Amino acid sequence: MDFSLNEDRRMLADTLSRFLSDNYDIETRNGFALQDGNCSMEMWGKFAELGIIGALFKEDAGGFGGEGADLMVVFEALGRHLVLEPFLPTLLAGTVLSSAGGHDGLMEQVIGGESILALAHGEPASRYEMSHVEATAKQNGDQWEINGNKSVVIGGGIATHLVVSARTSGDADSAEGISLFLVEKSDKVGIRDYGTLDGYGAAELSLNGANGTLIGEEGAGYALLEEAYAAATTAICAESLGAMEVAKDMTVEYMKTRKQFGIPIGKFQALQHRMADVLIELEQMRSAVVNAAGNLDADRVTREREVSAAKYLAGNVGRQVAEEAIQIHGGIGMTWEYAVGHFAKRIIMIDHLLGDTDHHLERYIALGRS
Amino acid sequence: MDMAFSSEENSFRDEVREFLKEKLPQRLANKVKLGKRLNKDDMVEWHAILNEQGWLATNWPEEFGGPGWTAVQKHIFDEECWAAGAPRTVPFGLNMLAPVLMKFGSEEQKAHYLPRILDGTDWWCQGYSEPGAGSDLASLRTSAVRDGDHYIVNGQKTWTTLGQFADWIFCLVRTSSEGKRQEGISFLLIDMNTPGVTVRPIILIDGEHEVNEIFFDDVKVPVGNLVGEENKGWTYAKYLLTHERTGTANVGNSNAALERLKKIATEQKKGGKPLAEDPYFAARLAKVEIDLNALKTTNLRILVEADSGAAPGPESSMLKVKGTIVRQEINDLSRRALGPYALPFSSEAMEDGYNEEPIGPEYANPIAAKYFNNRKMSIYAGSNEVQREILTKTKLGLS
Repeated sequence: MDFSLNEDRRMLADTLSRFLSDNYDIETRNGFALQDGNCSMEMWGKFAELGIIGALFKEDAGGFGGEGADLMVVFEALGRHLVLEPFLPTLLAGTVLSSAGGHDGLMEQVIGGESILALAHGEPASRYEMSHVEATAKQNGDQWEINGNKSVVIGGGIATHLVVSARTSGDADSAEGISLFLVEKSDKVGIRDYGTLDGYGAAELSLNGANGTLIGEEGAGYALLEEAYAAATTAICAESLGAMEVAKDMTVEYMKTRKQFGIPIGKFQALQHRMADVLIELEQMRSAVVNAAGNLDADRVTREREVSAAKYLAGNVGRQVAEEAIQIHGGIGMTWEYAVGHFAKRIIMIDHLLGDTDHHLERYIALGRS
Repeated sequence: MDMAFSSEENSFRDEVREFLKEKLPQRLANKVKLGKRLNKDDMVEWHAILNEQGWLATNWPEEFGGPGWTAVQKHIFDEECWAAGAPRTVPFGLNMLAPVLMKFGSEEQKAHYLPRILDGTDWWCQGYSEPGAGSDLASLRTSAVRDGDHYIVNGQKTWTTLGQFADWIFCLVRTSSEGKRQEGISFLLIDMNTPGVTVRPIILIDGEHEVNEIFFDDVKVPVGNLVGEENKGWTYAKYLLTHERTGTANVGNSNAALERLKKIATEQKKGGKPLAEDPYFAARLAKVEIDLNALKTTNLRILVEADSGAAPGPESSMLKVKGTIVRQEINDLSRRALGPYALPFSSEAMEDGYNEEPIGPEYANPIAAKYFNNRKMSIYAGSNEVQREILTKTKLGLS
């Protein structure tokens, strides 16, 4: 066994960390959150130049990474700076396209930062259930016409191309019969975009006979979605880990400097032990991310169980870290002006992306029976 | 032992319900239930309605205009108000300053300020915390120096809730640096319109403006605005805090929030069935309900005992700790219940006049924001760590 990163990944991590340290402090970041699309397109271009978008994808998709360890390194760094640009939707939709194959031209544009992807899969009634799709598609020559509603589509407002799930057969909860389509924006795609509580861009979509081209095989979209979700879930667990590390470090630093009753509050044993618990749980979290990242290419059940285990922990540990960070900071941790609250918001809101703690615990149990 | 409410208590509950049905404006109740932003006018409106009924100052003795209720009656009133979606009353004048004035204020102060609290002439805010004095309140540094008939006040207060609306602030100020830190503190009433008083908003992590910093720059305060004796303010401050902590279990609020959560859990669907039937979520709901039901009884046990003579002592620290844990757990489950719809957030949608179609269910927008906002509960009014210190010293004798 070897837990060390290879030379390429160390360089990737260093490059990205240095760039973010120089260009992405919390005030700058909160400024980006107020721009159209809740992020900076200029930054997105720079991420493309640095090769960070390409690091999400394997070579056969035009990238130069795409392994679990690449996702871990990149997203942990993104989490440390609460990066707003559409890495998550790019990874989700890009993994679908690259696994299905046949979209080399578009993927090249995506990796170059010229085209932006989003995955429109969740629906108003689907909650976290990946197989629940009510949207429908019917064939019309070599094009398909899609009807339905998609909800909380991360990056849906700024995307140039949408990967949309729709049913071509089966009932609303069946994993069989889900097909995926590439859809360009048009007047048949209604978009209501908005910001999330933690500052990211998302949208509600209504597809009214929108034209789409089939991705992969008809009715076989579920496996592609599951694979994309596995990669993206691992990635946001790493992102959450990065945010949690910062929240922990800020809290420990504050404990050393904030004085009450004549001494730094870090001298109080009750607080020391709570942060020792945070430290232990963060190491557990890191191991869970390693387990998931290292098994992304394993057999389905192994991969999915490790991914669900990590996301389960991300929700639980995340709540502990976010709440302790605010509590130990006291009033200052509750303010917009001070950074730790923004980290807490991202950590908690990640529980609402791609399945929460309960969803993944249930899934972990179910996968263990199969 | 008799756990049932008496027939008098039950008819009191009916009376309260009848009053709320008739007098609580539906517009206000809807705002509260949907988590919309309450403005000053909303709070003033409800304050006046309660005052007209004689049910505003529920903790005041009858001689000053209180209704003379028992602890159980107050509990029933609180529970019914929250259940009906009544705005909370602003506690700074009513429940914090008033008891101090009644016990330590001069006759003139009582005669002047107490009626003005009731009729809403004066909106009070609290000047306790400072940037360097949070949990360690006695380390406060805002100074008041005697100069003829005035004190000259300099310094800074922080976390001043609703200070942007206030006419007056009651302040702990340092009048002496001799002896123990607690011995040089005085309790001073300051008109917010005095030259040299500046209010600066503090925006919280959910984007809301409810707390402020207050700066004092050579502010001239008449010596007649001193409450009690100079340098005895710490005694009054502690007296105020024990009153701040009555009602601290927050069971009425938690009860109403749990009922709303249960309703959400029946409306939200998981796998086609109500979320409330999902074993994972049902277990979470049951656990917090069990805690809340026990807390209701703990609360009443402590309050009834206090009612029959004993002042609510360090027991109120238990109510603060457990009360905030339960309330925050309900906030946590509420955001979980929403699934992905916990993510969208619009500050504009918190306003009364917002007419656009909601994103997701109508009730969703404020819920995750409220989860973060209510993290303040375990920090304010003596952090839960400070409450635990009080308990280890007083109840456990471990110091």
